[in-house]
Amino acid sequence: MKQDKTTDTMPDRRRFLGRVGAGSLGFAVGGGLLAGCSRKPVQQVLQPTPAASAATDSAHEVNARASATVPFYGEHQAGIVTPAQRHIYFLVLDLHTTHLQEIREVFKRWTAYAIRLTRGENALPYGDNPFIPPADTGEAESLNAYSLTLTFGVAPSFLRKLGLSEQLPPEFTHLPAFPRDQIRKEISGGDICIQSCADDPQVAFHAVRQLVRQARSSVTMKWSQAGFNAYDDGQDTPRNLFGFRDGTANQETLKKANDWVWASAPNWLQGGSYLVARKIQMHLETWDRTSLKGQEETFGRSRASGAPIGARAEFDAADVNARDAKGQYVIPENSHMGLSKRSGGQLLRRSFSYANGIDPVTGQFDAGLLFVSFQKSPSQFIGIQSALGRIDKMNEYITHIGSGLFACFGGISEGQYIGQALLETRHG
Amino acid sequence: MKPVSFSLLAAALLALSAASCSKQEPAAPAATASLAESAPPDTPTAVDLAVETSAYKAWVEGQIDGLLTETQRFVDALKAGNLVEAKRLYAPSRMYFERSEPVAESFGDLDPRIDNREADLEKDENWTGFHTIEKVLWTKNTTAGTEALADQLINDIKELRAKIPTAEVTGELMVQGAVDLLNEVSTTKITGEEEIFSHTDLYDFKANIEGAEKIFEIFTPKLQAKNPELVAELTGKFKAVNDLLAKHQDGEGYKPYTALTKDDTKALAEAVNKLGEPLAQMGAILK
Repeated sequence: MKQDKTTDTMPDRRRFLGRVGAGSLGFAVGGGLLAGCSRKPVQQVLQPTPAASAATDSAHEVNARASATVPFYGEHQAGIVTPAQRHIYFLVLDLHTTHLQEIREVFKRWTAYAIRLTRGENALPYGDNPFIPPADTGEAESLNAYSLTLTFGVAPSFLRKLGLSEQLPPEFTHLPAFPRDQIRKEISGGDICIQSCADDPQVAFHAVRQLVRQARSSVTMKWSQAGFNAYDDGQDTPRNLFGFRDGTANQETLKKANDWVWASAPNWLQGGSYLVARKIQMHLETWDRTSLKGQEETFGRSRASGAPIGARAEFDAADVNARDAKGQYVIPENSHMGLSKRSGGQLLRRSFSYANGIDPVTGQFDAGLLFVSFQKSPSQFIGIQSALGRIDKMNEYITHIGSGLFACFGGISEGQYIGQALLETRHG
Repeated sequence: MKPVSFSLLAAALLALSAASCSKQEPAAPAATASLAESAPPDTPTAVDLAVETSAYKAWVEGQIDGLLTETQRFVDALKAGNLVEAKRLYAPSRMYFERSEPVAESFGDLDPRIDNREADLEKDENWTGFHTIEKVLWTKNTTAGTEALADQLINDIKELRAKIPTAEVTGELMVQGAVDLLNEVSTTKITGEEEIFSHTDLYDFKANIEGAEKIFEIFTPKLQAKNPELVAELTGKFKAVNDLLAKHQDGEGYKPYTALTKDDTKALAEAVNKLGEPLAQMGAILK
């Protein structure tokens, strides 16, 4: 089910200039002038000269990452089963209008900008009048697409404010309060979410900034969180700030994406998915004074390998019912993974770590996890989170402080716009 | 050492690829198409804004006349030792200055002499003007010690009035001035840092908005011809800001900044931002 990141054939300017710097002047004079501007494949021209080859291998790797693009069109929105990129900028907006037609126009424009941005282009041409501000803010000028994805979702309040309440499925309502929640209203709720992910943080931020700027009349920013995700290659499950792998179970979820990820009803949400966002503060200092054994029993996994306790490798099945000679569960009953697994539910996790400086009250790291999960129904998250409840051993080290539930629309094909299926369910 | 030809070539390539490979390729959308209608780039047509610039200059002159009259009353109250009256006149007098700042602040050190805040001072700089008097009035609760400052203030404003006719008012100054007035609101008025002793920031806020709105009003006929949607949008956005400000009116003036809640300041800041983005598009008439 994974969408492949395709490497586009367009030469990117940075690589082109890099080669010139490496000394291959001949090609620069011969073909370079054309190659630098053409959108046609110019792979031949860009082959490194033997002398330059060794020196530029690592540069090539970086540049392949830079020029990778993820198609915007498709059955589903990109940024859901797309392998998680290295950076996220997650923004939640409130509606500043109740006029449906105005919001249709916003989503039409957002779609057009998103298509260009995810190709590595600016949202808009700068314009040719020096007396007005450039239409694109320009900080991604020399940057390529970096697998940028832009994923749009709306909250129940969005439908209510726009007179679309009759389109609300019963399950699409506020998340309940969970035990130990310390949800802050200033980092919760909101009407619209935009999940911007890319392998470069500035590319991800630039995209969101353009979308907000071009819709400033109609929306107001509510809360946002930037985050990062680190891995050497895309096959690795990233580690969170507690040092444990996060998202190991995703491959099981992805095998049955139609059962766990993609919504099939109501009509306007077909091919879409519910997004749960939770800002989870992680108390790094308390974690750091927990023994390795205690840490592993908290997760139910080995820190080093990511394997379930009692198993050998990360992706080995976790036997949550196995007991040792004394009759105790091998995977502790109150471990995070043990409780989740026993609940029987599954999610697609797509979380990112954050580090926001120092907490002014405690003087400790203000850091944690922007937990993002996608699911066919909100009940999947609610079921698992309820199972964790008060007994999850992890509770000692984390606090949920922000929350949001959004329905991410299905994908579109050329000529359609994001959200159209919902926004055109009624006229006027 | 690099051969000279390499550097030259690299520079040429840089220039070339910067020019042709910038992210400008997508087709111009309808929204900005109207901005590109007039002349091809690099042949700027001289847009005749003589009517607008002279109308603006005349309005600014009127404002500075008002500044002189009202500041004279303020100064009289200071010198008469009338603390209550001086405090009452302080903020309304300043509004004339705040409205016309795009021109009023363009005369070298006159602006700092009249309007320096304590936080703006350079080391060992002599502090004069409205805000030093503000500090005495509100922190010491007396007019004593303001007499010399009052004399200098009125003299500086007379000097300003005398210089206004020499100001070169252009369309560009007006567009930039309108945006700058809003930027001032966003960075110093909305934070309460302009009037840290008197907390009369909302007076300045209102005056800055009025100054920007005046420029919009003068440009409206030309803008209407070029981009009627922008006129409609700006009319609505100015109204939104003014309606919000009206909620904080108190008699003939405004509530102190300290009476605003966090939600109040956030709503005001957001309304100003929603106005600022389209306001900058007024530059469309300059080309």
